[in-house]
Amino acid sequence: MSGVESVNAADTATAGAGIAVSGVVHQYRPPRGRPVLALDNITFEVKDREFVAVLGPSGCGKSTLLYLIGGFMPLQGGSIVVNGRTVAAPGPDRGIVFQNFALFPWKTVKQNVLYGLEKQGLPKDERLQRAQHYIDMVELAGFEDNFPSQLSGGMKQRVAIARTLATQPNTLLMDEPFGALDAQTRTIMQEELLAIWQRSPMTVLFITHDVREAVLLADRVAVMTARPGRIKDIIDTRLPRAPIHDLMRMPEYIDKVEYIWGLVKEEAIAAGAGGRA
Amino acid sequence: MTASLSILWRSLPLILLAAAWEIAARSGLVSQYLLPPFSDVMATLASMASGDLYYHLMRSIWRGGLAFAGAVVFGVAAGVMIAWYLPVRIVLNPILRCLYPMPKVALIPLIIIWLGIGDASKIALIFIGCLVPIVMSAYNGARGVDHTLLWTARSMGATEGQVLREVVVPAALPDILSGIRIALALAFILMVAAELVISNDGIGYLIDVLGESGDYSGMFAGVVAISAVGFAADRACVALSRRLLAWRE
Repeated sequence: MSGVESVNAADTATAGAGIAVSGVVHQYRPPRGRPVLALDNITFEVKDREFVAVLGPSGCGKSTLLYLIGGFMPLQGGSIVVNGRTVAAPGPDRGIVFQNFALFPWKTVKQNVLYGLEKQGLPKDERLQRAQHYIDMVELAGFEDNFPSQLSGGMKQRVAIARTLATQPNTLLMDEPFGALDAQTRTIMQEELLAIWQRSPMTVLFITHDVREAVLLADRVAVMTARPGRIKDIIDTRLPRAPIHDLMRMPEYIDKVEYIWGLVKEEAIAAGAGGRA
Repeated sequence: MTASLSILWRSLPLILLAAAWEIAARSGLVSQYLLPPFSDVMATLASMASGDLYYHLMRSIWRGGLAFAGAVVFGVAAGVMIAWYLPVRIVLNPILRCLYPMPKVALIPLIIIWLGIGDASKIALIFIGCLVPIVMSAYNGARGVDHTLLWTARSMGATEGQVLREVVVPAALPDILSGIRIALALAFILMVAAELVISNDGIGYLIDVLGESGDYSGMFAGVVAISAVGFAADRACVALSRRLLAWRE
């Protein structure tokens, strides 16, 4: 792919590919007390191989939305279609990366990466080869036989990303994947994710509460309201292809961040005030 | 060299205790009938080791081992099932709650009436006693599994059975192993208690018979022998746990 081409490949979207969320409603039922409306009539679309970030104050239900798309929770209302198929259960077409890494602590780096490949029933040689390829990609060569407890936070998240990418899902769901990392590691990981995605674009839905992260990574940013979560606005944030530290000095970037921050701030204040009635 | 030195250092309190025992008995501070000198007990232990003691010890270990192994297999399976399936929880939880605080030795006369004085009654008692802490620990461990691990496995195409075997059980393993260690100590308690009440053989039987016949140093030798086996079993359990949980460090 040459640099002249568009950063995203959404223009070449095939029919039915991508994520289509329409009219999704979700109620959270606390053990005591009345049900709380967490998501209210969420409708949006992620085109094939588009990178969309969902931004919102904590408690707005953005992670719940991701879990519904992943098929981890039963859908209460509305519909979710991924790659032309209605979501009913988790599946290997939708790879997921969690904030807490969710590595199997009793498995080594290599065993973690191999897990999904075993489930796909690949021949052993191919499994090992592919696992090694993704371990190399996230620059963890030499750590194959380490347990997660022996790795730093950034390394753990790299393993988790390698494990998910190794299964070659066409949709990547990321739940605040860099939220638990320190600032420097986070920037490095953002750069790596962007590089990986630019090399082999896939449909990405990326949950975050970090405005700058959303603008840096995504083609479009969906801003959610405080609870009950609704889509407040969807902003085009496609930036030219450049290293992150160059991007961060571009006026387009600075303007977008400022504009979106304005939208998020209102909601953060609303969330801080205990949400809306 | 340093390793053996450290073992020596750690067992110093035990050595001092044995020395105090020896001195108390030899000096006449305590009657030798009540407390035979440590050296006598050791000598008796050596002379009995290959004969009666070995036979009775093996009988006990066989019973205890079988019951304990059964309790591990059934206990882990039951604990995970109780955590995982609501109908199983509804049926088994009340039974477990009643069984937990019940002094299992109180069942000895009842189980003897039902199953006789042979192996079956001892095995049943030890099995029930060991089952409780293993089920509880497997249940707690299985309930505490991070849901993101389950979701990760499911999103990669794992079936529910695979999720249980490949995620829930290994994730619960630290809890399961601590339950197993408690059960192991209980197995020894229940084994000797049942054999002391009524039996034809076993280490509890031997201790009882030697005590009644006035062979106090033999009786002490039996106590020392079963304590040593218990100690070794516990250390083996700890070593196995460390190995299985090497990923935690």
